[in-house]
Amino acid sequence: MRWRKILPKLLLTLCTLPILFFIFFPVLWLFSTSLSNQVELYAVPPHWIPQHPVLRNYLEIINPALATTAVPRTFAVALWNSFKISSIVTIVCLVIGSMAAYALVRISFGFNQVIRVGVMAVRMVPEVSLIIPLYVIASSLQLINKPIVLIITYMSFALPYAIWLLAAYFQSVPIELEEAARLDGCSRIGILFRIVMPISVPGLVSTAMFVFLLSWDEFFYALIFTSTLAAKTAPVAIAEFIGRYNININGMMAGGVLVAIPPVLLALVFQRYIVSGMTVGAVKG
Amino acid sequence: MKLRLNLRQKDIGIAWLLVIPSLLVILGVTLWPIIYTFFLSFYNVQAGLNAVRTFVGLDNYLTMIKDQVFWETIGRTAYFTGVSVSLEIVLGLAVAQLITSKPWGWQFLRFALIIPWAVPTIVNGAMWRWIYSSDFGALNGLLYQLGLIRHYIPWLSNPNYAMNLVIVADVWHMMPFVALVMQAALAGLSPELEEAAAVDGANAWQRFWLIRLPLLRPALLVALVARTVDAFRVFDIVYIITAGGPAFRTATITYLTYLTTFAYGKQGLGAALSFLISAFILVMAFIYIRILYRPEEI
Repeated sequence: MRWRKILPKLLLTLCTLPILFFIFFPVLWLFSTSLSNQVELYAVPPHWIPQHPVLRNYLEIINPALATTAVPRTFAVALWNSFKISSIVTIVCLVIGSMAAYALVRISFGFNQVIRVGVMAVRMVPEVSLIIPLYVIASSLQLINKPIVLIITYMSFALPYAIWLLAAYFQSVPIELEEAARLDGCSRIGILFRIVMPISVPGLVSTAMFVFLLSWDEFFYALIFTSTLAAKTAPVAIAEFIGRYNININGMMAGGVLVAIPPVLLALVFQRYIVSGMTVGAVKG
Repeated sequence: MKLRLNLRQKDIGIAWLLVIPSLLVILGVTLWPIIYTFFLSFYNVQAGLNAVRTFVGLDNYLTMIKDQVFWETIGRTAYFTGVSVSLEIVLGLAVAQLITSKPWGWQFLRFALIIPWAVPTIVNGAMWRWIYSSDFGALNGLLYQLGLIRHYIPWLSNPNYAMNLVIVADVWHMMPFVALVMQAALAGLSPELEEAAAVDGANAWQRFWLIRLPLLRPALLVALVARTVDAFRVFDIVYIITAGGPAFRTATITYLTYLTTFAYGKQGLGAALSFLISAFILVMAFIYIRILYRPEEI
Protein backbone atom coordinates (compact mmCIF):
# COMPACT_ATOMS: atom_id res chain seq x y z
CA MET A 1 0.00 0.00 0.00
CA ARG A 2 2.76 2.39 0.96
CA TRP A 3 4.88 1.75 -2.13
CA ARG A 4 1.94 2.41 -4.37
CA LYS A 5 2.07 5.94 -3.12
CA ILE A 6 5.83 6.25 -3.15
CA LEU A 7 6.51 4.74 -6.59
CA PRO A 8 4.77 7.43 -8.69
CA LYS A 9 6.41 10.11 -6.63
CA LEU A 10 9.78 8.44 -7.13
CA LEU A 11 9.22 8.25 -10.90
CA LEU A 12 8.23 11.90 -11.04
CA THR A 13 11.28 12.82 -9.04
CA LEU A 14 13.44 10.87 -11.47
CA CYS A 15 11.93 12.97 -14.26
CA THR A 16 13.26 16.12 -12.63
CA LEU A 17 16.85 14.90 -12.84
CA PRO A 18 17.43 15.39 -16.59
CA ILE A 19 15.83 18.84 -16.34
CA LEU A 20 18.09 19.81 -13.47
CA PHE A 21 21.05 18.45 -15.43
CA PHE A 22 20.06 20.51 -18.49
CA ILE A 23 19.72 23.62 -16.33
CA PHE A 24 22.90 23.26 -14.32
CA PHE A 25 25.39 21.59 -16.64
CA PRO A 26 25.99 24.70 -18.81
CA VAL A 27 26.30 27.12 -15.90
CA LEU A 28 28.59 24.83 -13.92
CA TRP A 29 30.80 24.41 -16.97
CA LEU A 30 30.83 28.20 -17.40
CA PHE A 31 31.89 28.59 -13.79
CA SER A 32 34.45 25.81 -13.96
CA THR A 33 36.05 27.28 -17.08
CA SER A 34 36.28 30.68 -15.45
CA LEU A 35 38.49 29.08 -12.77
CA SER A 36 40.73 27.19 -15.20
CA ASN A 37 44.23 28.10 -16.25
CA GLN A 38 45.31 28.00 -19.90
CA VAL A 39 46.65 24.44 -19.66
CA GLU A 40 43.54 22.90 -18.16
CA LEU A 41 41.34 24.83 -20.54
CA TYR A 42 42.73 22.77 -23.39
CA ALA A 43 42.56 19.39 -21.66
CA VAL A 44 41.10 16.51 -23.69
CA PRO A 45 38.80 15.13 -22.33
CA PRO A 46 37.91 18.22 -20.30
CA HIS A 47 38.69 18.59 -16.62
CA TRP A 48 35.17 19.07 -15.33
CA ILE A 49 36.53 20.40 -12.07
CA PRO A 50 39.79 22.31 -12.48
CA GLN A 51 42.60 20.43 -10.75
CA HIS A 52 44.45 23.66 -10.13
CA PRO A 53 41.78 26.31 -9.90
CA VAL A 54 43.01 29.85 -10.40
CA LEU A 55 41.41 33.19 -9.75
CA ARG A 56 43.60 34.93 -12.30
CA ASN A 57 40.78 35.41 -14.82
CA TYR A 58 38.79 37.28 -12.22
CA LEU A 59 41.75 39.18 -10.82
CA GLU A 60 42.62 40.45 -14.30
CA ILE A 61 39.19 41.99 -14.46
CA ILE A 62 39.02 43.26 -10.90
CA ASN A 63 42.56 44.62 -10.86
CA PRO A 64 43.28 45.99 -14.35
CA ALA A 65 46.99 46.33 -13.53
CA LEU A 66 47.31 42.53 -13.73
CA ALA A 67 45.66 42.20 -17.10
CA THR A 68 47.86 41.43 -20.07
CA THR A 69 45.34 42.25 -22.78
CA ALA A 70 42.96 45.11 -23.38
CA VAL A 71 39.57 43.44 -22.97
CA PRO A 72 39.90 42.20 -19.38
CA ARG A 73 41.68 45.43 -18.49
CA THR A 74 38.66 47.47 -19.46
CA PHE A 75 35.99 45.01 -18.39
CA ALA A 76 35.37 46.57 -14.99
CA VAL A 77 34.66 49.90 -16.67
CA ALA A 78 32.16 48.22 -18.98
CA LEU A 79 30.43 46.63 -15.98
CA TRP A 80 30.23 50.02 -14.31
CA ASN A 81 28.79 51.55 -17.51
CA SER A 82 26.16 48.82 -17.64
CA PHE A 83 25.23 49.41 -14.04
CA LYS A 84 25.04 53.17 -14.46
CA ILE A 85 22.98 53.04 -17.66
CA SER A 86 20.58 50.35 -16.43
CA SER A 87 19.99 52.16 -13.14
CA ILE A 88 19.23 55.49 -14.77
CA VAL A 89 16.90 53.85 -17.30
CA THR A 90 15.12 52.07 -14.44
CA ILE A 91 14.62 55.22 -12.39
CA VAL A 92 13.41 57.32 -15.32
CA CYS A 93 11.03 54.58 -16.46
CA LEU A 94 9.57 54.16 -12.99
CA VAL A 95 8.97 57.87 -12.53
CA ILE A 96 7.49 58.87 -15.89
CA GLY A 97 6.06 55.39 -16.48
CA SER A 98 4.02 55.35 -13.29
CA MET A 99 2.67 58.82 -14.00
CA ALA A 100 1.49 57.70 -17.43
CA ALA A 101 0.24 54.34 -16.20
CA TYR A 102 -1.85 55.98 -13.49
CA ALA A 103 -3.47 58.43 -15.88
CA LEU A 104 -4.16 55.63 -18.34
CA VAL A 105 -5.97 53.40 -15.88
CA ARG A 106 -7.66 55.92 -13.58
CA ILE A 107 -8.44 59.19 -15.36
CA SER A 108 -10.59 58.86 -18.42
CA PHE A 109 -9.48 61.54 -20.85
CA GLY A 110 -10.68 60.09 -24.10
CA PHE A 111 -7.47 58.54 -25.36
CA ASN A 112 -6.87 55.93 -22.66
CA GLN A 113 -7.58 52.90 -24.78
CA VAL A 114 -5.77 54.21 -27.86
CA ILE A 115 -2.62 55.04 -25.93
CA ARG A 116 -2.67 51.79 -23.99
CA VAL A 117 -2.99 49.68 -27.10
CA GLY A 118 -0.38 51.86 -28.81
CA VAL A 119 2.04 51.30 -25.94
CA MET A 120 1.43 47.58 -26.20
CA ALA A 121 2.17 47.58 -29.94
CA VAL A 122 5.21 49.81 -29.65
CA ARG A 123 6.65 47.46 -27.05
CA MET A 124 7.05 44.86 -29.79
CA VAL A 125 8.77 46.94 -32.45
CA PRO A 126 12.20 45.37 -32.82
CA GLU A 127 15.31 47.45 -32.23
CA VAL A 128 16.59 46.74 -35.72
CA SER A 129 13.70 48.72 -37.22
CA LEU A 130 14.60 51.80 -35.24
CA ILE A 131 18.34 51.67 -35.44
CA ILE A 132 18.99 53.53 -38.71
CA PRO A 133 17.17 56.79 -37.85
CA LEU A 134 18.44 56.64 -34.29
CA TYR A 135 21.96 56.15 -35.60
CA VAL A 136 21.67 59.03 -38.05
CA ILE A 137 20.40 61.37 -35.34
CA ALA A 138 22.90 60.18 -32.75
CA SER A 139 25.83 60.75 -35.06
CA SER A 140 24.66 64.17 -36.16
CA LEU A 141 24.30 65.18 -32.52
CA GLN A 142 27.68 63.56 -31.81
CA LEU A 143 26.19 61.27 -29.20
CA ILE A 144 27.86 58.06 -30.39
CA ASN A 145 29.94 56.53 -27.61
CA LYS A 146 28.21 58.53 -24.92
CA PRO A 147 26.15 56.80 -22.21
CA ILE A 148 23.24 59.18 -22.84
CA VAL A 149 22.58 57.66 -26.27
CA LEU A 150 21.99 54.26 -24.68
CA ILE A 151 19.89 55.73 -21.88
CA ILE A 152 17.65 57.39 -24.46
CA THR A 153 17.45 54.48 -26.89
CA TYR A 154 16.83 51.92 -24.14
CA MET A 155 13.64 53.84 -23.42
CA SER A 156 12.26 52.44 -26.68
CA PHE A 157 11.77 49.00 -25.15
CA ALA A 158 11.95 49.78 -21.42
CA LEU A 159 9.33 52.52 -21.14
CA PRO A 160 6.45 50.78 -22.97
CA TYR A 161 7.20 47.67 -20.93
CA ALA A 162 7.17 49.64 -17.68
CA ILE A 163 3.92 51.44 -18.53
CA TRP A 164 2.27 48.16 -19.48
CA LEU A 165 3.28 46.40 -16.25
CA LEU A 166 2.53 49.36 -13.99
CA ALA A 167 -0.89 49.88 -15.57
CA ALA A 168 -1.77 46.27 -14.78
CA TYR A 169 -0.62 46.67 -11.17
CA PHE A 170 -2.30 50.06 -10.63
CA GLN A 171 -5.54 48.65 -11.94
CA SER A 172 -5.64 46.20 -9.05
CA VAL A 173 -5.53 48.98 -6.42
CA PRO A 174 -9.05 49.17 -4.94
CA ILE A 175 -10.76 52.23 -6.38
CA GLU A 176 -12.66 52.81 -3.12
CA LEU A 177 -9.42 53.85 -1.45
CA GLU A 178 -8.90 56.53 -4.06
CA GLU A 179 -12.47 57.73 -3.86
CA ALA A 180 -12.21 58.09 -0.11
CA ALA A 181 -8.99 60.06 -0.48
CA ARG A 182 -10.58 62.32 -3.09
CA LEU A 183 -13.49 63.07 -0.76
CA ASP A 184 -10.94 64.05 1.84
CA GLY A 185 -9.61 66.56 -0.65
CA CYS A 186 -6.53 64.72 -1.85
CA SER A 187 -5.38 65.77 -5.32
CA ARG A 188 -4.78 63.35 -8.19
CA ILE A 189 -1.02 63.71 -7.87
CA GLY A 190 -1.36 63.22 -4.12
CA ILE A 191 -3.37 60.05 -4.68
CA LEU A 192 -0.75 58.69 -7.07
CA PHE A 193 2.18 59.31 -4.74
CA ARG A 194 0.54 58.77 -1.33
CA ILE A 195 -1.89 55.96 -2.05
CA VAL A 196 -1.45 54.16 -5.33
CA MET A 197 2.32 53.91 -5.36
CA PRO A 198 2.75 52.82 -1.72
CA ILE A 199 0.11 50.10 -2.21
CA SER A 200 1.74 49.01 -5.46
CA VAL A 201 5.24 48.56 -4.02
CA PRO A 202 5.37 44.90 -5.15
CA GLY A 203 4.41 46.02 -8.66
CA LEU A 204 7.02 48.78 -8.60
CA VAL A 205 9.68 46.33 -7.43
CA SER A 206 8.78 43.87 -10.12
CA THR A 207 8.71 46.56 -12.82
CA ALA A 208 12.04 47.96 -11.67
CA MET A 209 13.47 44.46 -11.77
CA PHE A 210 12.27 43.81 -15.30
CA VAL A 211 13.42 47.14 -16.68
CA PHE A 212 16.82 46.75 -15.04
CA LEU A 213 17.26 43.22 -16.36
CA LEU A 214 16.15 44.21 -19.87
CA SER A 215 18.61 47.09 -19.93
CA TRP A 216 21.40 45.00 -18.45
CA ASP A 217 20.76 42.35 -21.10
CA GLU A 218 20.57 44.71 -24.07
CA PHE A 219 23.17 44.08 -26.76
CA PHE A 220 22.09 45.39 -30.16
CA TYR A 221 22.00 49.15 -29.47
CA ALA A 222 25.11 48.89 -27.35
CA LEU A 223 26.94 47.09 -30.16
CA ILE A 224 26.03 49.76 -32.71
CA PHE A 225 26.35 52.84 -30.55
CA THR A 226 29.35 52.13 -28.37
CA SER A 227 32.85 50.89 -28.89
CA THR A 228 34.99 53.02 -26.59
CA LEU A 229 35.34 52.88 -22.85
CA ALA A 230 33.19 55.93 -22.33
CA ALA A 231 29.96 54.00 -22.83
CA LYS A 232 30.74 50.38 -23.78
CA THR A 233 28.51 48.03 -21.81
CA ALA A 234 29.33 44.63 -20.35
CA PRO A 235 27.59 42.54 -23.07
CA VAL A 236 29.66 44.31 -25.72
CA ALA A 237 32.80 43.66 -23.68
CA ILE A 238 31.88 39.96 -23.51
CA ALA A 239 31.61 39.84 -27.29
CA GLU A 240 34.99 41.57 -27.58
CA PHE A 241 36.73 38.64 -25.92
CA ILE A 242 36.30 37.08 -29.35
CA GLY A 243 39.19 38.66 -31.22
CA ARG A 244 39.86 38.55 -34.90
CA TYR A 245 42.39 35.73 -34.54
CA ASN A 246 41.86 34.20 -31.14
CA ILE A 247 39.39 33.94 -28.30
CA ASN A 248 40.25 34.54 -24.68
CA ILE A 249 37.97 31.77 -23.42
CA ASN A 250 38.68 31.87 -19.71
CA GLY A 251 38.52 35.64 -19.71
CA MET A 252 35.20 35.52 -21.52
CA MET A 253 33.82 32.95 -19.06
CA ALA A 254 35.02 34.90 -16.01
CA GLY A 255 33.48 38.04 -17.51
CA GLY A 256 30.33 36.05 -18.22
CA VAL A 257 30.06 34.93 -14.61
CA LEU A 258 30.48 38.52 -13.43
CA VAL A 259 27.84 39.82 -15.85
CA ALA A 260 25.45 37.00 -14.93
CA ILE A 261 25.79 37.29 -11.14
CA PRO A 262 23.77 40.51 -10.62
CA PRO A 263 20.71 39.44 -12.67
CA VAL A 264 20.78 35.85 -11.40
CA LEU A 265 21.01 36.99 -7.77
CA LEU A 266 18.26 39.57 -8.27
CA ALA A 267 16.05 36.97 -9.95
CA LEU A 268 16.65 34.37 -7.23
CA VAL A 269 16.05 36.80 -4.37
CA PHE A 270 13.04 38.47 -5.98
CA GLN A 271 11.70 35.39 -7.75
CA ARG A 272 8.18 36.01 -6.51
CA TYR A 273 8.16 39.48 -8.07
CA ILE A 274 9.69 38.26 -11.31
CA VAL A 275 7.12 35.53 -11.79
CA SER A 276 4.36 37.97 -10.88
CA GLY A 277 5.72 40.38 -13.50
CA MET A 278 5.90 37.60 -16.10
CA THR A 279 2.30 36.65 -15.56
CA VAL A 280 0.95 40.18 -15.20
CA GLY A 281 2.91 41.30 -18.24
CA ALA A 282 1.96 38.29 -20.28
CA VAL A 283 -1.42 37.13 -19.11
CA LYS A 284 -3.46 40.05 -17.86
CA GLY A 285 -4.73 42.80 -20.12
CA MET B 1 -22.70 71.55 -11.67
CA LYS B 2 -20.16 74.10 -12.84
CA LEU B 3 -17.80 72.96 -10.15
CA ARG B 4 -18.07 69.36 -11.30
CA LEU B 5 -17.38 70.34 -14.86
CA ASN B 6 -14.31 72.25 -13.82
CA LEU B 7 -13.13 69.31 -11.81
CA ARG B 8 -13.52 67.09 -14.81
CA GLN B 9 -11.65 69.51 -17.06
CA LYS B 10 -8.94 69.78 -14.47
CA ASP B 11 -8.71 65.99 -14.40
CA ILE B 12 -8.24 65.84 -18.14
CA GLY B 13 -5.50 68.44 -17.88
CA ILE B 14 -3.77 66.45 -15.17
CA ALA B 15 -4.07 63.27 -17.21
CA TRP B 16 -2.32 64.87 -20.16
CA LEU B 17 0.31 66.30 -17.85
CA LEU B 18 1.00 62.82 -16.49
CA VAL B 19 1.03 61.14 -19.89
CA ILE B 20 2.97 63.70 -21.91
CA PRO B 21 6.52 62.90 -20.73
CA SER B 22 6.11 59.24 -21.65
CA LEU B 23 4.34 60.06 -24.89
CA LEU B 24 7.11 62.40 -25.99
CA VAL B 25 9.75 59.77 -25.24
CA ILE B 26 7.84 57.05 -27.06
CA LEU B 27 7.14 59.30 -30.05
CA GLY B 28 10.79 60.29 -30.18
CA VAL B 29 12.46 56.90 -29.82
CA THR B 30 10.00 54.55 -31.50
CA LEU B 31 7.22 56.14 -33.50
CA TRP B 32 9.27 58.72 -35.34
CA PRO B 33 12.16 56.31 -36.12
CA ILE B 34 9.84 53.67 -37.53
CA ILE B 35 8.18 56.20 -39.82
CA TYR B 36 11.59 57.45 -40.87
CA THR B 37 12.70 53.87 -41.55
CA PHE B 38 9.71 53.42 -43.80
CA PHE B 39 10.58 56.65 -45.60
CA LEU B 40 14.23 55.61 -46.01
CA SER B 41 13.22 52.28 -47.50
CA PHE B 42 12.30 54.13 -50.72
CA TYR B 43 15.73 55.67 -51.03
CA ASN B 44 19.17 54.60 -52.03
CA VAL B 45 21.51 55.88 -49.35
CA GLN B 46 25.23 56.21 -49.86
CA ALA B 47 26.49 56.02 -46.31
CA GLY B 48 29.46 58.13 -45.41
CA LEU B 49 30.31 61.59 -44.29
CA ASN B 50 28.15 63.28 -46.91
CA ALA B 51 25.28 60.84 -47.14
CA VAL B 52 23.62 61.11 -50.53
CA ARG B 53 19.99 60.07 -50.83
CA THR B 54 18.29 59.30 -54.09
CA PHE B 55 14.68 58.32 -54.41
CA VAL B 56 14.37 54.86 -55.92
CA GLY B 57 10.72 54.02 -55.30
CA LEU B 58 10.15 50.37 -54.67
CA ASP B 59 13.62 49.33 -55.87
CA ASN B 60 14.82 48.24 -52.44
CA TYR B 61 11.78 46.03 -51.98
CA LEU B 62 12.20 44.60 -55.48
CA THR B 63 15.91 43.93 -54.90
CA MET B 64 14.94 42.22 -51.70
CA ILE B 65 12.30 39.89 -53.11
CA LYS B 66 14.43 39.02 -56.13
CA ASP B 67 17.33 38.04 -53.92
CA GLN B 68 17.52 34.36 -53.15
CA VAL B 69 19.52 35.03 -49.99
CA PHE B 70 16.54 36.97 -48.66
CA TRP B 71 14.15 34.06 -49.10
CA GLU B 72 16.63 31.59 -47.66
CA THR B 73 17.04 33.88 -44.68
CA ILE B 74 13.29 34.11 -44.19
CA GLY B 75 13.15 30.32 -44.32
CA ARG B 76 15.92 29.97 -41.74
CA THR B 77 14.28 32.53 -39.46
CA ALA B 78 10.96 30.71 -39.75
CA TYR B 79 12.73 27.44 -38.95
CA PHE B 80 14.47 28.94 -35.93
CA THR B 81 11.23 30.50 -34.70
CA GLY B 82 9.06 27.46 -35.33
CA VAL B 83 11.37 24.89 -33.79
CA SER B 84 12.57 26.87 -30.80
CA VAL B 85 9.12 28.17 -29.87
CA SER B 86 7.48 24.74 -30.17
CA LEU B 87 10.21 23.16 -28.07
CA GLU B 88 9.92 25.90 -25.48
CA ILE B 89 6.15 25.60 -25.27
CA VAL B 90 6.06 21.80 -25.13
CA LEU B 91 8.97 21.45 -22.71
CA GLY B 92 7.82 24.43 -20.67
CA LEU B 93 4.35 22.99 -20.29
CA ALA B 94 5.79 19.59 -19.40
CA VAL B 95 8.05 21.08 -16.75
CA ALA B 96 5.17 23.13 -15.35
CA GLN B 97 3.05 19.97 -15.16
CA LEU B 98 5.87 18.17 -13.42
CA ILE B 99 6.24 20.92 -10.82
CA THR B 100 2.48 20.94 -10.28
CA SER B 101 2.46 17.21 -9.53
CA LYS B 102 4.89 17.99 -6.70
CA PRO B 103 7.73 15.47 -6.92
CA TRP B 104 10.37 15.58 -4.19
CA GLY B 105 12.37 18.76 -4.59
CA TRP B 106 9.78 20.57 -6.71
CA GLN B 107 10.46 23.82 -4.88
CA PHE B 108 14.12 23.50 -5.80
CA LEU B 109 13.28 22.86 -9.45
CA ARG B 110 11.05 25.93 -9.57
CA PHE B 111 13.75 27.95 -7.84
CA ALA B 112 16.43 26.75 -10.27
CA LEU B 113 14.33 27.49 -13.37
CA ILE B 114 14.82 31.21 -12.97
CA ILE B 115 18.61 30.88 -13.40
CA PRO B 116 18.78 30.24 -17.18
CA TRP B 117 16.20 32.95 -17.75
CA ALA B 118 18.23 35.47 -15.74
CA VAL B 119 21.56 34.71 -17.41
CA PRO B 120 22.09 37.57 -19.89
CA THR B 121 21.55 36.59 -23.52
CA ILE B 122 25.12 37.37 -24.52
CA VAL B 123 26.54 35.31 -21.68
CA ASN B 124 24.20 32.50 -22.71
CA GLY B 125 25.57 32.70 -26.25
CA ALA B 126 29.20 32.84 -25.16
CA MET B 127 28.63 29.87 -22.86
CA TRP B 128 27.08 27.68 -25.55
CA ARG B 129 29.70 28.67 -28.08
CA TRP B 130 32.30 27.29 -25.69
CA ILE B 131 30.20 24.19 -24.94
CA TYR B 132 30.08 23.43 -28.69
CA SER B 133 33.79 24.10 -29.19
CA SER B 134 35.17 21.54 -31.61
CA ASP B 135 38.50 20.92 -29.89
CA PHE B 136 37.89 21.42 -26.19
CA GLY B 137 34.16 21.88 -25.67
CA ALA B 138 31.99 20.27 -23.02
CA LEU B 139 29.56 18.67 -25.47
CA ASN B 140 32.33 16.75 -27.19
CA GLY B 141 33.93 15.91 -23.85
CA LEU B 142 30.66 14.62 -22.39
CA LEU B 143 29.68 12.53 -25.41
CA TYR B 144 33.22 11.18 -25.68
CA GLN B 145 33.36 10.15 -22.04
CA LEU B 146 29.97 8.51 -22.29
CA GLY B 147 31.29 6.55 -25.27
CA LEU B 148 28.71 8.01 -27.66
CA ILE B 149 31.27 9.47 -30.05
CA ARG B 150 34.78 8.26 -30.89
CA HIS B 151 36.15 11.52 -32.20
CA TYR B 152 35.48 15.11 -31.34
CA ILE B 153 32.98 16.63 -33.75
CA PRO B 154 33.30 20.16 -35.14
CA TRP B 155 29.68 20.98 -34.30
CA LEU B 156 29.38 24.59 -35.31
CA SER B 157 31.12 24.24 -38.65
CA ASN B 158 28.60 21.63 -39.75
CA PRO B 159 25.86 23.42 -41.72
CA ASN B 160 23.30 20.78 -40.71
CA TYR B 161 23.91 21.11 -36.99
CA ALA B 162 24.66 24.79 -36.51
CA MET B 163 21.13 26.20 -36.52
CA ASN B 164 19.83 23.41 -34.29
CA LEU B 165 22.59 24.11 -31.81
CA VAL B 166 21.64 27.79 -31.71
CA ILE B 167 18.08 26.61 -31.06
CA VAL B 168 19.23 24.51 -28.10
CA ALA B 169 20.89 27.59 -26.62
CA ASP B 170 17.66 29.55 -27.06
CA VAL B 171 15.57 26.77 -25.53
CA TRP B 172 17.88 26.63 -22.51
CA HIS B 173 17.45 30.37 -22.05
CA MET B 174 13.70 30.77 -22.63
CA MET B 175 12.01 27.46 -21.84
CA PRO B 176 12.06 28.43 -18.13
CA PHE B 177 10.03 31.55 -18.94
CA VAL B 178 7.27 29.41 -20.47
CA ALA B 179 7.52 26.92 -17.62
CA LEU B 180 7.19 29.61 -14.94
CA VAL B 181 4.26 31.33 -16.66
CA MET B 182 2.52 27.99 -17.16
CA GLN B 183 3.22 26.91 -13.62
CA ALA B 184 1.64 30.11 -12.31
CA ALA B 185 -1.38 29.54 -14.58
CA LEU B 186 -1.70 25.93 -13.41
CA ALA B 187 -1.51 27.01 -9.79
CA GLY B 188 -4.42 29.35 -10.44
CA LEU B 189 -6.74 26.62 -11.74
CA SER B 190 -9.30 25.36 -9.29
CA PRO B 191 -9.23 21.58 -8.93
CA GLU B 192 -13.01 21.10 -8.73
CA LEU B 193 -13.64 20.67 -12.44
CA GLU B 194 -11.05 17.96 -12.78
CA GLU B 195 -12.21 16.26 -9.60
CA ALA B 196 -15.74 16.23 -10.93
CA ALA B 197 -14.50 14.79 -14.24
CA ALA B 198 -12.54 12.14 -12.37
CA VAL B 199 -15.69 11.15 -10.48
CA ASP B 200 -17.44 10.87 -13.84
CA GLY B 201 -14.75 8.44 -14.94
CA ALA B 202 -12.44 10.61 -17.07
CA ASN B 203 -8.89 9.30 -16.98
CA ALA B 204 -5.83 11.50 -16.42
CA TRP B 205 -5.15 11.81 -20.14
CA GLN B 206 -8.69 12.97 -20.89
CA ARG B 207 -8.66 15.34 -17.94
CA PHE B 208 -5.46 16.93 -19.28
CA TRP B 209 -6.60 17.34 -22.88
CA LEU B 210 -10.26 18.13 -22.30
CA ILE B 211 -10.18 20.23 -19.15
CA ARG B 212 -6.78 21.45 -18.16
CA LEU B 213 -5.47 22.45 -21.58
CA PRO B 214 -8.56 24.46 -22.61
CA LEU B 215 -8.38 26.32 -19.30
CA LEU B 216 -4.73 27.10 -19.96
CA ARG B 217 -5.48 28.33 -23.47
CA PRO B 218 -5.20 32.08 -22.79
CA ALA B 219 -1.88 31.73 -20.97
CA LEU B 220 -0.60 29.33 -23.62
CA LEU B 221 -1.57 31.59 -26.51
CA VAL B 222 0.07 34.56 -24.88
CA ALA B 223 3.28 32.65 -24.16
CA LEU B 224 3.21 31.44 -27.75
CA VAL B 225 2.84 34.88 -29.29
CA ALA B 226 5.29 36.51 -26.89
CA ARG B 227 7.92 33.90 -27.72
CA THR B 228 7.22 34.06 -31.46
CA VAL B 229 7.64 37.82 -31.59
CA ASP B 230 10.86 37.50 -29.65
CA ALA B 231 12.30 34.55 -31.56
CA PHE B 232 11.57 36.05 -34.97
CA ARG B 233 13.94 38.93 -34.28
CA VAL B 234 16.74 36.81 -32.80
CA PHE B 235 20.13 38.47 -33.11
CA ASP B 236 22.34 38.31 -30.03
CA ILE B 237 22.90 34.57 -29.78
CA VAL B 238 23.45 34.22 -33.53
CA TYR B 239 25.97 37.05 -33.44
CA ILE B 240 27.98 35.47 -30.66
CA ILE B 241 27.64 31.72 -31.30
CA THR B 242 28.09 31.52 -35.06
CA ALA B 243 28.21 35.06 -36.50
CA GLY B 244 25.80 33.75 -39.13
CA GLY B 245 28.11 30.92 -40.19
CA PRO B 246 28.93 28.40 -41.44
CA ALA B 247 28.38 29.71 -44.96
CA PHE B 248 25.49 31.93 -43.79
CA ARG B 249 23.55 28.89 -42.59
CA THR B 250 22.53 30.51 -39.29
CA ALA B 251 22.00 34.06 -40.56
CA THR B 252 18.53 35.19 -39.51
CA ILE B 253 16.60 38.14 -40.86
CA THR B 254 17.78 40.56 -38.18
CA TYR B 255 21.34 39.42 -38.71
CA LEU B 256 21.01 39.95 -42.48
CA THR B 257 19.60 43.42 -41.84
CA TYR B 258 22.47 44.22 -39.52
CA LEU B 259 25.01 43.15 -42.15
CA THR B 260 23.21 44.96 -44.97
CA THR B 261 23.02 48.19 -43.02
CA PHE B 262 26.26 48.30 -41.11
CA ALA B 263 28.69 45.99 -42.91
CA TYR B 264 27.60 46.53 -46.53
CA GLY B 265 26.51 50.12 -45.89
CA LYS B 266 23.22 49.81 -47.79
CA GLN B 267 20.97 51.80 -45.50
CA GLY B 268 18.02 51.98 -47.87
CA LEU B 269 17.90 48.25 -48.38
CA GLY B 270 18.48 47.73 -44.65
CA ALA B 271 15.53 50.02 -43.95
CA ALA B 272 13.32 47.99 -46.29
CA LEU B 273 14.36 44.77 -44.56
CA SER B 274 13.85 46.14 -41.09
CA PHE B 275 10.51 47.61 -42.00
CA LEU B 276 9.43 44.19 -43.15
CA ILE B 277 10.46 42.68 -39.80
CA SER B 278 8.41 45.31 -38.02
CA ALA B 279 5.41 44.70 -40.24
CA PHE B 280 5.48 41.01 -39.41
CA ILE B 281 5.91 41.69 -35.73
CA LEU B 282 3.11 44.23 -35.70
CA VAL B 283 0.81 41.63 -37.23
CA MET B 284 1.82 39.37 -34.37
CA ALA B 285 1.23 42.25 -31.96
CA PHE B 286 -2.22 42.73 -33.40
CA ILE B 287 -3.03 39.06 -32.77
CA TYR B 288 -1.57 39.44 -29.29
CA ILE B 289 -3.82 42.41 -28.52
CA ARG B 290 -6.85 40.59 -29.87
CA ILE B 291 -6.10 37.74 -27.51
CA LEU B 292 -5.54 40.00 -24.54
CA TYR B 293 -8.59 42.14 -25.08
CA ARG B 294 -11.06 39.35 -24.53
CA PRO B 295 -11.54 39.85 -20.83
CA GLU B 296 -14.10 37.06 -20.43
CA GLU B 297 -11.31 34.56 -20.93
CA ILE B 298 -8.90 36.03 -18.40
